[in-house]
Amino acid sequence: MIRILAILGGLFFAVASLWAFGLGAFTAATTTTEKPAEYAFHEEWTGPEDGFSFDGIVGNWDRQQLQRGYQVYKEVCAACHSLNYVAFRNLADLGYNDAEVKAEAASWTVPGIDPNTGEAVGRPGLPTDNFPSPYANNVAAAAANNNAIPPDLSLMTKARKNGSDYVYSLLVGYGSPDPEKLAKYPEFETPDGLYFNKYFPNVNIAMAPPLNTGQVIYADGTEATISQMSEDVAAFLSWTAEPTMVKRKQTGWPVLGFLLFATILAWFAKKQVWSSVKPRKDD
Amino acid sequence: MAEATGTATADTVIDSGDDGVRRRDFINIAAVSAAGIGGLSVLYPLISQMAPSADVLAESSTELDTAAIAPGQAIKAIFRKQPLFVRRLTEVELDEANAVQLADLRDPATMADRTKEGHGDILVTMGVCTHLGCVPLGAAEGENKGEYGGYFCPCHGSHYDTAGRIRKGPAPTNLEVPEYEFTSESIIRVG
Amino acid sequence: MSFSWARQYEPKNGFTQWMDERLPLPRLVYNAVGAGYPVPRNLNYMWNFGVLAGFFLVLQIITGVVLAMHYASDATVAFAKVEHIMRDVNWGWLMRYAHANGASFFFIVIYMHIFRGFFYSSYKAPREMIWLLGVVIFLLMMATAFMGYVLPWGQMSFWGAKVITGLFGAIPLVGEPLQVWLLGGFAPDDAALNRFFSLHFLLPFVIAGVVIMHIWALHIPGSSNPTGVEVKQESDTVPFHPYYTAKDGFGLGVILILFAIMVFFLPNALGHPDNYIEANPLSTPAHIVPEWYFWPFYAILRAFTVDFLFIPAKLMGVIAMFGSILIWFILPWLDRSPVRSGHYRPLFRKFFWFGLIPAMVVLFICGGAPAEEPYVMLSQLATAYYFLHFLVIIPIIGQIEKPKPLPYSITEAVLGSDKKAVKGENATPAV
Repeated sequence: MIRILAILGGLFFAVASLWAFGLGAFTAATTTTEKPAEYAFHEEWTGPEDGFSFDGIVGNWDRQQLQRGYQVYKEVCAACHSLNYVAFRNLADLGYNDAEVKAEAASWTVPGIDPNTGEAVGRPGLPTDNFPSPYANNVAAAAANNNAIPPDLSLMTKARKNGSDYVYSLLVGYGSPDPEKLAKYPEFETPDGLYFNKYFPNVNIAMAPPLNTGQVIYADGTEATISQMSEDVAAFLSWTAEPTMVKRKQTGWPVLGFLLFATILAWFAKKQVWSSVKPRKDD
Repeated sequence: MAEATGTATADTVIDSGDDGVRRRDFINIAAVSAAGIGGLSVLYPLISQMAPSADVLAESSTELDTAAIAPGQAIKAIFRKQPLFVRRLTEVELDEANAVQLADLRDPATMADRTKEGHGDILVTMGVCTHLGCVPLGAAEGENKGEYGGYFCPCHGSHYDTAGRIRKGPAPTNLEVPEYEFTSESIIRVG
Repeated sequence: MSFSWARQYEPKNGFTQWMDERLPLPRLVYNAVGAGYPVPRNLNYMWNFGVLAGFFLVLQIITGVVLAMHYASDATVAFAKVEHIMRDVNWGWLMRYAHANGASFFFIVIYMHIFRGFFYSSYKAPREMIWLLGVVIFLLMMATAFMGYVLPWGQMSFWGAKVITGLFGAIPLVGEPLQVWLLGGFAPDDAALNRFFSLHFLLPFVIAGVVIMHIWALHIPGSSNPTGVEVKQESDTVPFHPYYTAKDGFGLGVILILFAIMVFFLPNALGHPDNYIEANPLSTPAHIVPEWYFWPFYAILRAFTVDFLFIPAKLMGVIAMFGSILIWFILPWLDRSPVRSGHYRPLFRKFFWFGLIPAMVVLFICGGAPAEEPYVMLSQLATAYYFLHFLVIIPIIGQIEKPKPLPYSITEAVLGSDKKAVKGENATPAV
């Protein structure tokens, strides 16, 4: 009885899904759906040509690069983008000593209160403070940016697939659409107030091209080309997204080595234990 | 679990010859030890995760203006999530504190030891009784200052004198003086 | 336990003697996973996954308790608290990555365990109760995993909570009030986050309780084995310890190596980048998917794109998705083949390898893919096969199939002959 009911139930589900399949196949055969033009203009992002120093399973931070990236963030990105989850004290990871961290922190104005009146005032940052947000709240951020809220950057490289490459590509990806593709999709145009960027998911981004050649003057004398600044800030944002990344990989190697050793031992122990019950001809 | 009913029989399947016993023992002991070492090393992160995290450990400091404190008054502030007392002593209180013989003290320290040079009347201490951590009374106006006119902890009756030194009761040491410095004539930075 | 030749626990010293008379815990362990539990001698590596599942349950509970020490289930701070764990808590990143990837490994191991059950028909009498409890564990795991994924309060957390509770909204009449009741509001927020945290903490201990019953039920008939022939005599078995403790120890080492590779070198590979964006009720991610271990069931949910008869598409998907697991409950009574092991069932084996497995793979891929063609149509075909396999094919081939000859005993299967064999029937190598 239960099997008869089951067979009926199975046929019911199968017919229902095949019914949906049939209708779907009919629709697919009779109509053609075209993807929006954005798909044609979008390109998969890639990293800088020789990759990042922290790529791969043994990669490490290039502290000079992180410091340069921090400078780009501070002088360019920070005007609109927050870095909520990072504290000034974390800058010690970039190779700054205590005094430099304090000085760096003090160069930022963070929200504080007047100790006598309790009024909201700005005060110089302390190492324990987190990076301040450029806008008081989301409404202010939207109002100042044509309704597009500049996202927080602390986790940006983890919030996109291959995020370090994404940040780099996005920053170097401004330009005009490929004329060949434009000829194919004459309708396509970037709406007013947006900018064409072939690496942005829908290719029209609200952020104006943020970098110009020579926009920052690097303390270490590196030439501030757009791709150099993009790579540096992408590296810096990779660090802000996961400051423990290098420690993680460095912890992984001894753990893996130990596990490999222990597993080989376990294999021999298992063999040893089972050697006494190997198939024998006599029972 | 069900009770086994059969009689225990010698295991006829396991047949370990005399030869190779040592090697077998060695490899098994090694494997079990490796598992033990692995298990123990996992304890390290499991235990240290409960230690103060980086944001808690990060040096924090508190700044205060002492100019507004009148002699005989004290203010309470917060330093690393704990109360901090800043008191301006009167002449009488200073004299009282300086008159005490060090030998009579449970935790000998002079008034000069406990204040900064040039600011001998400003006493900065943690507001944490060294007995079991209650907040002593005596910082606010009208509170019980104890038998020695300083601070009095109501939890277990510890009396501190005007220099914040333990004089009577169960507390073992004087009220702690945190690290601090005068950044200007009247501003102090603690920590 | 149920075998007369099972070794008896004998206290070795005064203390264990004293314990044995008051709280025979050492005896319990001895009989459960010690030398006192006779196990078929021919188990292959597919039988490792039960112990491994137990290991990952314990790992999840330990790392989960640690994470709970640093987390707060308040929608305004939950996301920041997870970042606090990642950045500031000592070894917090390790705890979180171990917990996140531990969930994936728990499911990998459980899926292997379930598929071993399918292939060797481990669910058949007298082991139906073990199977039923196992399905209960799996359902509890899914609920736990789903609620756990909501806790970081990223975009996928939020929209996952919204979509999955939305499934209940498909139920006629009571659906919408039920959804609002589940969430404690009209959209996921503090109320939902708090109850999910509470239940996410509770359910693993419920799972542990059911696991104890699962193991208890296992010890009544004893373990199944690759031949599917029941244990007949002492020479068919070996004691669990040291034979299977050693084998499981090796298996544990192998899976821990894979686990360490994921945790230390690819910790986010199984996650979704969008969950590193804080929950935003005003913007849905372009492509929302559940965690990978739900993909096959998510594909079944989405396969029903049109209304069928009088049943709306949304409701049909929900019924099919829950039904796809609930039918496992009656599996022991659908499969009436007298032979257990797939090795001796030529027809069943073909449908298993060339029907069920490809269908599951297709469902897995389609569940993770965007709701576009050809994925939708492929998932519809695979869904049809999935239900046909369990509800139609299994009952029918149980009747019509001619199984291969079985060995007389496990001993014969392993050693090639068994003196006690009544007839010298040719043994078929089992493994």
